[in-house]
Amino acid sequence: MHKLLNDTPGEKIMLLGNEAIARGAIEAGVAFATTYPGTPSSEISLNLFQMSQESDLYFEYSTNEKVALEVAAAAANSGLRTFCMMKHVGLNVAADPLMTLAYVGVTGGMVILSADDPFMFSSQNEQDNRYYAKFGNLPMLEPSSVPEAKEMIKYAFELSEQLSQPVLLRTTTRINHSNAFVTFGDIKQRQTSGKFIREPFRCVTVPAVSRQLHVKVLEKMEKAQAIGETSELNMVEGSGKFGIITNGVSFHYAQDAVKDLGIENDTKILRLGFSNPMPSKLIKDFLKGCEKVMVIEEGEPFMEEAVKAFAQEEGVMIPIKGKSSELFSRLYEYDPAMVREKTALFFEIDYTPSQKLENSDVPDIPMRPPNLCSGCSHRATFYEVKEAGKDMDIICPTDIGCYTLGFLPPLNMGDFVICMGSSVSSACGFGEATDQKVVSFVGDSTFFHSGITGLVNAVFNNHNFTLVILENDTTAMTGHQPHPGVDMERLGLEGYGRVNIEELVKTLGVKHVSVIKPFKVKKSIAVIKEALEYKGVSVIISQEPCILYARSLKLFKPRAFKVTDRCVDHRDCINTIACPSFFIEDEKVKIDADTCVGCAVCAQICPENAITPLKK
Amino acid sequence: MKTTRLIIVAVGGQGNLLASKVLGEAALISGVPVRMSEIHGMAQRGGVVESAIVFGDAASSIISDNEADILLGFEPSETLRALNRCSKNTKVITNTATLPPFTVSIGKGVYPDVDNIKKLLSDKCSSLVAIDAMKLAKQAGSPMSVNIVLLGALVQSGSIGFTKENVIKAIKSRTKKSFLDKNLEAFELGYQAAENYKQ
Repeated sequence: MHKLLNDTPGEKIMLLGNEAIARGAIEAGVAFATTYPGTPSSEISLNLFQMSQESDLYFEYSTNEKVALEVAAAAANSGLRTFCMMKHVGLNVAADPLMTLAYVGVTGGMVILSADDPFMFSSQNEQDNRYYAKFGNLPMLEPSSVPEAKEMIKYAFELSEQLSQPVLLRTTTRINHSNAFVTFGDIKQRQTSGKFIREPFRCVTVPAVSRQLHVKVLEKMEKAQAIGETSELNMVEGSGKFGIITNGVSFHYAQDAVKDLGIENDTKILRLGFSNPMPSKLIKDFLKGCEKVMVIEEGEPFMEEAVKAFAQEEGVMIPIKGKSSELFSRLYEYDPAMVREKTALFFEIDYTPSQKLENSDVPDIPMRPPNLCSGCSHRATFYEVKEAGKDMDIICPTDIGCYTLGFLPPLNMGDFVICMGSSVSSACGFGEATDQKVVSFVGDSTFFHSGITGLVNAVFNNHNFTLVILENDTTAMTGHQPHPGVDMERLGLEGYGRVNIEELVKTLGVKHVSVIKPFKVKKSIAVIKEALEYKGVSVIISQEPCILYARSLKLFKPRAFKVTDRCVDHRDCINTIACPSFFIEDEKVKIDADTCVGCAVCAQICPENAITPLKK
Repeated sequence: MKTTRLIIVAVGGQGNLLASKVLGEAALISGVPVRMSEIHGMAQRGGVVESAIVFGDAASSIISDNEADILLGFEPSETLRALNRCSKNTKVITNTATLPPFTVSIGKGVYPDVDNIKKLLSDKCSSLVAIDAMKLAKQAGSPMSVNIVLLGALVQSGSIGFTKENVIKAIKSRTKKSFLDKNLEAFELGYQAAENYKQ
């Protein structure tokens, strides 16, 4: 049985934050869960996916976050406890249903989780999604630790049912990817069969209905605020003239700072765990008796601006500070030493920061950038497109996935990325705005996520570019999740359909569609050349499973290659494709037989035919 | 309870996260509070994996620059890169077996001299234990046990505040049965190597 399904209340177990959240959802009796994977949220859905295979929990990988939220909205309006999780930028995709679902509300508890990523460990921006709660009129909860995250999601479902409103649970990477001991609680019985009761004057958002719903949303938020005023999630610790208002992981840095600086007897900390709507009365009471107040929050001044507004209403004139050039930044994540130093500075406490080592004599250490894997089919495709288009001035919009790494030298294939699916639509724009040839790259999962509408646009508006769809049969970057093009029977899972990308693209009206097998280099280059010469929209589908995925499913048996004496050491192989299995020993190019999988791309590129299979 | 801050740095695939989980389990058995944070964004694609483990009473689960009490490095150049996490009071334990980054392998970067790495770590920090964990892992019968060899060295020299026996119990509960004997051997070899190490 899956470890998170164990009905063993009281068991103490070390869990990743995301596992703890999945367990919390199970303890809450969640019946219906949807997602599109994205770091740092992916392990929550992975665990729910696994558990759905051995229980009556319904789980699906939806094609994108908007779809996931709409699917979930229906379940939550059929009375089921429903959980929809995504990374922070995913909520942008889901923002359209989010804003109006808040008007309609829910009949079963619904939690929407946004996993924010301060410092952008694996994201394209560090937007602060607390503003979605404010913008969309959603109650919001924010845990400070892994065990609290598990408990908080349970309360989030209750709160959602109490208010008939979806609740936003907002985490950050340091919650999702921290480990801590968590104690299992009771598992509430799942209610998996829902019933939708028709209520058109709540659920059909024509203007006349929505005008009424907006009134109701504001009433719900007033009620939410009243609950937040006395919620245990908004807690005051300590007492004294120094005030700290904080949230999330910063709460622990603040606790440690107060202790390290020895100001426990002068300081009180207000930790907001129920942070939208802001508990104004609680905050106003907290401000009274403080000489000065510091707000510690990663990201934007979400709490700080509200606190200052409350102080103004109360005529409280004490200094209240958070974001400023001397104190806290809106950039990146915080850490304990930073919070300790700023706390000392603001409250004027003597403090010597920990001493830096003198490191000027440390030599340069070569970087270890992530690289496409040995035998990754993307490398082959990038090389072939480059070869086919070497006489053209090419712009390469690319997209979000492993293949984004193609922008690095020596491949240098990737010129423009802003969000999921933008490779296709931006190609439309580049094709019209310039005379340059446009070749864009999109992964199969990303194509399903939000590339299709861009391609329809391209056909309709008769744009001029070549789209390369990298069909590697999985969502590789986030850990091999399925997508609508995946053969689920390969994974031993029944009851799924499958969308054929080639047929889909042809049906959309693309006139020039070709398929390549990227490990056949010469043939692929010839096919790509023809597609590049086509005026209008051409699509190339590059089919080869992700090598890690293929190996894990035993679909691919590695067969290493070696460099023979025919090598004349011009190093074209290294300089053009830079596969990580190459290394140099005694001034000669060698291939690491332990990591080479035998894609044979280098063997086909070598003008001397010096690379051959290693005979066993 | 005293707070001890441990940073582990490794290259993707070296088993850093399992080592962290063993230490977490050992802390539970020993009644030591523990919080851990990990960054492994693109580890599978050859990047660096870092774990921060905080034992004791501190509430934070991450460790600031210059504030690691112990640095455990699974790869010498990565240990050196993490020197910014150390102070003159930091105990350093490092593997000396190198895994050159790809840029070095293809002749486009220079790997720092390992003896110089050892000298720098030893001069700047409070103590150094540098062992060839790959050699010992192979001796134990499994090159995959580098992480467990290094755990042995850590337990011997790092003063992490719990006993060898409790770490062995944690290894038994956290690692695959088929690897157990090799892992226990690897742990012992790492422990002894640290004991016999002379700076």
